Amino acid sequence: MNLSNIWALGVKELRGLMRDPVLMVLIFYAFSLSIYTSSKVMPETLNKAAISVVDEDRSQVSRRIADAFYPPYFVPPKLITQPEMDARMDAGIDTFALNIPPNFQRQLLGGHRPVLQLNVDATRITQAFTGAGYIARITDAEISEYLGRHRSQPAIPVNLTLRSRFNPDLNKQWFGAISNVITAITLLSIVLTGAALIREREHGTVEHLLVMPVTSLEIMTSKVWSMALVVLMAAGAAFVVIVQGFLNVPIPGSLPLFLGATVLHLFATTSMGIFLATFAGSMPQFGMLLVMVFLPLQVLSGGLTPRESMPDAIQYIMLAAPDTHFNIIAQAVLFRGAGIDVIWPQMVTLTLIGAVLFWVALRRFRGFLQ
Amino acid sequence: MSAAPKDVAAQLTGVGLSYGKTRALEDITLEFPTDSIVGLIGPDGVGKSSLLALVAGARALQDGQLQVLGGDMASARHRSRVCPRIAYMPQGLGKNLYNTLSVFENVDFFARLFGHDRLERHRRIAELLQVTGLASFANRPVGKLSGGMRQKLGLCCALIHDPDLLILDEPTTGVDPLSRRQFWGMIDNIRANRPGMSVIVATAYMEEAAGFDWLVAMDAGRVLAHGTPEELLSRTETETLDAAFIALLPEEARAGHHGLFIPPRTVEAKDGYVIEAENLTVRFGDFTAVDSVNFQIRKGEIFGFLGSNGCGKTTTMKVLTGLLEPSAGSAQLFGQPIDFRDIGVRKRIGYMSQSFSLYSELTVRQNLALHARMFSLAPARIAPRIEEMADMFDLTTVMDALPGALPLGIRQRLSLAVAMIHDPDILILDEPTSGVDPIARDGFWEILIDLSRNHGVTIFVSTHFMNEAERCDRATLMHGGRVLVSGVPEAIRQGCGASTLDDAFVYHLKQAIGEPENTPEETLSSTRAAPRQKQPNRLFSPQRMFGYTKREALELKRDPIRAALAMVGSLLLMLVVGYGINLDVEDLSFAALDYDQTTTSRDYIAQISGSRYFTQQPPLQDHRDLDRRMRRGEISLAIEIPPGFASNLARGRNVEIAAWIDGAMPIRAETVVGYVQGIHAHWLIETARQTYGDRAIEGAYDLEVRYRYNPDVLSLVAMVPAIIPLLLMLIPAMLAALSVVREKELGSIVNLYVTPVTRLEFLLGKQLPYILIAMISYALMLIFAIYIFGVPLTGSLATLTLGALVFVTISTGMGLLISIFMRSQIAAIFGTALATLIPSVQYGGIIDPVSSLEGVGAVIGQIYPTTHFVTIARGTFSKALEFDDLATSFLPLLIAVPVLTGLGVLFLRKQAS
Repeated sequence: MNLSNIWALGVKELRGLMRDPVLMVLIFYAFSLSIYTSSKVMPETLNKAAISVVDEDRSQVSRRIADAFYPPYFVPPKLITQPEMDARMDAGIDTFALNIPPNFQRQLLGGHRPVLQLNVDATRITQAFTGAGYIARITDAEISEYLGRHRSQPAIPVNLTLRSRFNPDLNKQWFGAISNVITAITLLSIVLTGAALIREREHGTVEHLLVMPVTSLEIMTSKVWSMALVVLMAAGAAFVVIVQGFLNVPIPGSLPLFLGATVLHLFATTSMGIFLATFAGSMPQFGMLLVMVFLPLQVLSGGLTPRESMPDAIQYIMLAAPDTHFNIIAQAVLFRGAGIDVIWPQMVTLTLIGAVLFWVALRRFRGFLQ
Repeated sequence: MSAAPKDVAAQLTGVGLSYGKTRALEDITLEFPTDSIVGLIGPDGVGKSSLLALVAGARALQDGQLQVLGGDMASARHRSRVCPRIAYMPQGLGKNLYNTLSVFENVDFFARLFGHDRLERHRRIAELLQVTGLASFANRPVGKLSGGMRQKLGLCCALIHDPDLLILDEPTTGVDPLSRRQFWGMIDNIRANRPGMSVIVATAYMEEAAGFDWLVAMDAGRVLAHGTPEELLSRTETETLDAAFIALLPEEARAGHHGLFIPPRTVEAKDGYVIEAENLTVRFGDFTAVDSVNFQIRKGEIFGFLGSNGCGKTTTMKVLTGLLEPSAGSAQLFGQPIDFRDIGVRKRIGYMSQSFSLYSELTVRQNLALHARMFSLAPARIAPRIEEMADMFDLTTVMDALPGALPLGIRQRLSLAVAMIHDPDILILDEPTSGVDPIARDGFWEILIDLSRNHGVTIFVSTHFMNEAERCDRATLMHGGRVLVSGVPEAIRQGCGASTLDDAFVYHLKQAIGEPENTPEETLSSTRAAPRQKQPNRLFSPQRMFGYTKREALELKRDPIRAALAMVGSLLLMLVVGYGINLDVEDLSFAALDYDQTTTSRDYIAQISGSRYFTQQPPLQDHRDLDRRMRRGEISLAIEIPPGFASNLARGRNVEIAAWIDGAMPIRAETVVGYVQGIHAHWLIETARQTYGDRAIEGAYDLEVRYRYNPDVLSLVAMVPAIIPLLLMLIPAMLAALSVVREKELGSIVNLYVTPVTRLEFLLGKQLPYILIAMISYALMLIFAIYIFGVPLTGSLATLTLGALVFVTISTGMGLLISIFMRSQIAAIFGTALATLIPSVQYGGIIDPVSSLEGVGAVIGQIYPTTHFVTIARGTFSKALEFDDLATSFLPLLIAVPVLTGLGVLFLRKQAS
């Protein structure tokens, strides 16, 4: 290992990056606007659920119910007719449609137990259950209050107070911002190292390197440090400027600790980039491989949906992915303010994954060069 | 139409050209006559290539006027009218060819662009390949051809359409003498058959230029002189064109040039052999590239390596540098077998490969500095050494330029400077002077001779210039992997009684090939009878479009891994993502902080631990414990039951139970909230039933919840139809995203500039194969969805398929559009991932419905194509919908198709600028 070679080759990588202004713009975009818009887009909790009301009763109580749905949890409900309801749900305009039958109020007061019908578009899994629960509670409250004036009912006086730690309003933007940064970190580090290696081979420069007194370990290490540095700086800036600044996400945890963990993560992902590049014969193949690897990383690492909800097999497989551990670290450090005493197992695992990837990539890299 | 006189092929008036701040051409006023061969001569970087690119229409005109074949080249209409009559062969060993395609397929591709029908194409291709001697290689991929063969193939591709104006940019650079003779024989023959055709050639070979009808000598972006070779000679009162050119140069450029003197080598017996090869053999599969080659080279010797293209010279050199291992025999350096891992040996060797292999993203200075560091020069030595090399190779004016912007000759000098920066003991140079002008070549040899004679550097050099071969101490002529003759150059010449080494070379090669040279007169005669092709429809020609389709499809076919990844990969991703994105959360960890410790409180906790959603963790001790464990992420939910819970409840007093939820991941927290509230409500009802009896819990009304389309609220039913659009966006876009930028990066984009293909044909032609692949992958995913995932397709299959077709047209179109904008393949990959993956997952309505999105993203979500195809897919899969029901989702998709194609055509350039 000749440190001066590693330094010089790494600087070369950085200079090469500077020469591609479009790529620089894309990196900037990925760590600024892309994170900002795709975080802002996240609904804050069950937000603006699309609901319509078919009011066939047109009574006091039916109007009360319809008026109980208001933003931000629901869009102001549209009053529609029965045939409209089917069409709107088919077109995916409404997720919920509440049908209040004729004579609902009269039957209610007469104690005849009328039936309200709630139609839920169950292809909208994220809203279907929680939304139905909300709607049930809202109608219940409205009807109870309305009836409360008419007759009283014994009740169990137990209240459940829900308090949400670390994110009191369950604002999805907070979480989204972090997982968007992680997505950008992983994507960029894989692309930069992997594609840069393939470009060298396509342009014949790798062959040139080989006749020089440098080892493949030096070549690879230089790529890893230089590209990891670029991504680390971009990610750090994104955290301070975009996440804490523009998106106003309070981060109780330690940013330096998180960035330290990011370095470990980058070690793993840049090695993975090289590893993938040694598999791909050409840039188009690398593009395909990238999709194959990156999509599962993004979707299954716990940054989009909870890990607990995935089948056991997938949970185990995803333990081999650096993103899984990095997501756990990010949530623990950034939101729960956890320290190194909490996340050290993940940090060790990340280092191990990185070391294995680096080692395998190095072995393949030697073969790839010859 | 004919503004220029009939006998003028091209007329330039005050033409100028700048690249950024650099002025490449300055006020050029010239007339190129028809029916003649015009040569452009001059050193590297004086603007010859730029001039040719302008005349060919490959580069946009900046200043001045340019008339080619009777029309103004600034007018796009004229360009498209005349481009079928112009053939342009760019500089650089077949840069406009496609490496994965075979020889035949390359020519066939060009023939399609020029609108020949099938029979005519095959006849012409057969003829051209026959004449150029490429017929036996018709099925070989171009990537495996040697430099000279690529040049010949480039000419075939240029000649396929009977041009009136043939523009050749250094066509014989890197071509061996025999092939060069054949090449010019072909040109003569074609000219004989096509009277009136003009040929404009830039060349570095003065002996070739001497045979041309008319010459233009250029220097520093200006014309020095023009006229017939005889005129130039008589004007300068010189004997040879080399001398004439030097005489034409301005004083300062001439300074320092003098005849080359080679001091005799003093052989000392004590000098051992530095490079040795014994029965060296290299095989690639069943092809023997190098066959039992022997040589021994002493310290300080200049050893010339000659041979036809593809004879094994480069392979031999790669063995010597340790890049390849010999299959048999041995090679030794400094008396030691070559060990690739021996860093020490590598430091003593300087290698310059045939193709430019320096970093185009680093400046000249940075390239030199990088290599100086790699070879461990002392830091203090680096800067002076760089200056020294810059002086030696005349690079001082271009130190801060990027190599890509430099002409071939200067790049070659840079490569050589890099190879020598560390004072190696052995220099292995693979055609170092290809494309370098005569003056620079002489300067270059001066350096080599100095190194050899005064510093004892051993030089192993391959070349196609016979005057260079004459300067070597010894030369070896190779053919077909074998050594034909070896010895002192003069002895080789006399050995076969030839008057020049060139003749001797050709003599030996012909002997080796063992067959007489083709008589081109006969083989090309049919061209004369060939009818001029009728001009294909200018606006849109399906044939040209399919030309590109075929090319793209062949490339895909040659790369089965990529096509397989696209199809099998989508199934794999569908499985993983389909099963992976499961929104039913189970096994959430919870712990209780029970201050009451009564039967009632335990009953309440048992309600939670008994549900399948939660798994109970050891009870909490106090609030600090709660805080600590939640911070560690051990528990998602903590239930706190206050002291006196049971007794207060029994007395009918209000009691509060607190539930603490880990809100770090809101989507999980929300689910927890839903579950806890549900369990709590259930407990209340049960408790009420026990306390007050059944009547008490009877509600005043019933709420009937109908989960439509997906009655069991299965994640799979919801997700699978949404994953198909996701994957049909990502993969086809990624496939298409490299197709244009790749041509830009590898140089073949010039074919778009100089052939009659229109931008629309180019784009649609490229798009078609990707649409086909995407549709196959759609079909596979559909089968998977129905039979493996068991998600029934309740609606119209035809509607879904139509939607998929329109949608993949959009996704491939997006890929192409990104490709048009990007400069490098890396940027294209990254850009595509950013433009397809993130918006599709975030804004496409796959997880959160588009109607719930906020801000700018909501707008993106409304117009992003994935949104609409998700609606179509879910509608046809789960909601039993038909085309009429989904018409509103089709409309935006149908609008997007022409918009994307239109933008592509708009931003794609038909000329380099």
